[in-house]
Amino acid sequence: MTQLQYKGTGSANGGTGSRYWKDKTGYLGVLPFLLFSGVFLLYPTWNVVSGAFKDNYGKFSTATLSEVFNSSIARHAFANSLEISVKTAIFGAILGSLFAWAMSMGKPGGVFYKISVALSSVLAQFGGVMLTFAFLATFGFNGFVSTLAVKYLPNSFLAESAWLYGKTGLTVLYTFFQIPLMVLVFLPTLENLKPQWREASDALGGKAYEYWLRIGIPVLTPSFVGGALLLFVNSFSAYATAATLISLSDFLTPLEIATALTSETGGSNPAEAKVLSLFMVIVVVIAMALYALMRKRVSKWEQER
Amino acid sequence: MKQSIWVRLWRWTIISFVAAYLLVPLYAMFDFSTKSFGLGDKGRNFRAWKMITEQTDLWPAITRSVITAAIVMALIIFLIVPTAIWVHLKLPALRRPFELLCLLPLAIPAIVIVVGIAPLYRWISINISESPITLAGVYSMLILPYTYRSLSAALDAVDIHTLSEAATTLGASISRVIFGIIMPTIKTGIINGSFIAIALVLGEYTISNILNFKTFQVVIAQIGRNSGTVAVAVSLASLLFVILLLLIIPTKKRQGTVLDVDIA
Repeated sequence: MTQLQYKGTGSANGGTGSRYWKDKTGYLGVLPFLLFSGVFLLYPTWNVVSGAFKDNYGKFSTATLSEVFNSSIARHAFANSLEISVKTAIFGAILGSLFAWAMSMGKPGGVFYKISVALSSVLAQFGGVMLTFAFLATFGFNGFVSTLAVKYLPNSFLAESAWLYGKTGLTVLYTFFQIPLMVLVFLPTLENLKPQWREASDALGGKAYEYWLRIGIPVLTPSFVGGALLLFVNSFSAYATAATLISLSDFLTPLEIATALTSETGGSNPAEAKVLSLFMVIVVVIAMALYALMRKRVSKWEQER
Repeated sequence: MKQSIWVRLWRWTIISFVAAYLLVPLYAMFDFSTKSFGLGDKGRNFRAWKMITEQTDLWPAITRSVITAAIVMALIIFLIVPTAIWVHLKLPALRRPFELLCLLPLAIPAIVIVVGIAPLYRWISINISESPITLAGVYSMLILPYTYRSLSAALDAVDIHTLSEAATTLGASISRVIFGIIMPTIKTGIINGSFIAIALVLGEYTISNILNFKTFQVVIAQIGRNSGTVAVAVSLASLLFVILLLLIIPTKKRQGTVLDVDIA
C-alpha cells in the first residue's frame, strides 16, 4: 500500500526541479502513516481523554471524574504510585550518576567500561515479569539472600520476605532498573566535562571540592534533574513488575486501571479506567515537559563541544 | 590523571555497591533454578532447566512473540522509515508535527494505550480475527519515539537531498530513491531502531497480558504460578540470550543508539 502511494506520487513527477517539491500531492505520502497512527495511537489517546468525561453509556458527564477524584482508594493508590516513583527516581538517579562517574574515572573504552555499558543497556530494560522472579529468587521464600539470612541473621528483616510484597519491595525492585537507565542517560553529559576545566581550576589554585562545587555540579545539574525526571516517568508508568509481584489490585494506579478495565468479579468499569488514565497522563506530561526544559539546558553545553 | 587514595576508595565503594545490587539477583536466579526439588533430591541439579523443554505453552508463545516482532519490523521498514524519509525530503513543513507525533507515546504510558485501544481490539477480535497484527500495531506505536530518534539522527547525517536529486536526474523513480538509495545509506539507523523494537516486543507484558494475548512474558508469568524454579530458569535463559545477542552486535554502533535513545 505504501509503495503504491509512492508510485502514485512519483508518476506526477513529470516536470523535475523545485516546482515538484512544492506540489501538494506530496502530502499524500504521509497518508498511510497518518491513518495507521490514527488507529493505533491517536484514537486510543482521544478515547481516553474524551472518555474521562463520559459515563459508561457514552453520555457527557463528570460524575466518574469527581467520583474517582474523591475516592479514597484511588487517592491512596495515586499517593503510593507517586511515592514509589519519587523515591526510586531519587535513589536511581543518585546511584546511577555515581556509578557513571565511577565508570568515567576508569580507562575510557576499557573492559570495565564496555561491560558496564552493555550490561546497563540490558538491565535498564529488565523490568517486569523476569525482574520479579529475580527478586523472588533473592529475597523471597527460600531465596538466596533470605536463606543466608535465616542462617546467620535470623532476627533481621531479611529473614522474612513480607517486606518484599509492599512499597519497600517495589522501591527496591524498581531501583534495580532505574540505576542502569540513569547510567545511560547521565554518562554522555559526564563525558562532556572537559578535562581542561579541571586543569584550569587546578592551575588557578582551586581545590577539588571547589572544582565540583563551582564547575562540576552546576554543569551536571540539568542533566541530573532531567535524568531523575525520566526515571520518575519510567517508574510511574511501570505496570508489569508490580502486577506480577503484588496481588492487591488497588495498590498502585496502573494496577487499579487494569482492574477497572478487566475486573471479572466486580464487572469492568471502563469509564473509571479512563479517568485514572487521564490523571496518569497529566502527571507524565508535566514531568516530560520539565524534562524537555532540562534537555534544552543540557544541549547548550553539548553544542559547545 | 593521578587519583588520590580517597577518590579510589570512594570509586570502588560505589562500584561494589551497585555491582552487588545488580548482580546478586542475577546470581540468585541461577542459585534458585538449580535448587533441589522436594525430599528425594539432593544437592544442585539442572532439573528446572531440563523442564524448560517440557513447557508446552512456551514454544508457541515464543513463536507468537517472534512473529509479532517480525510484523513490527516490517512496519518499521515499509511504513515508518519511508514516511520519515518522505517528510525529511519533501515536506519540511511537516517535520515538527511529525516529530511531535512520534514523541507522543513517551507521554502515554502503555497501560493508558491499552485502555484506549481495548474497545477497538475487542471489536477486531470479534469481527475480524485475533491475530498478532493488532498487537504489532500497538507495539510499533510504542517504540515510535526510539525508532524516530535513531532514524532522524541517521537522516541528518546524510545529505539525502543531493542523493535523491542525483538519483531522480538519472531517472530513478521515487520508490527506488527511497528503498534503493536512501534506505541503504541509513542502514545503521534502521538496524539500531529495529534492535530496540525486538527487545521491547520480546519483553512486553502489560499490553499483551491485559488484552489476553499469550506472548512470551505472559507465559513466563503463567509458568511461575505452577513452578517458580522453572520460571526463574526461563527468565535467566532469556536474559543470557539477550546479553549474547548484544555481544554479537558491534559495540560502537550499539553504544551510540543506547545513549541516543533516552534523549527524547
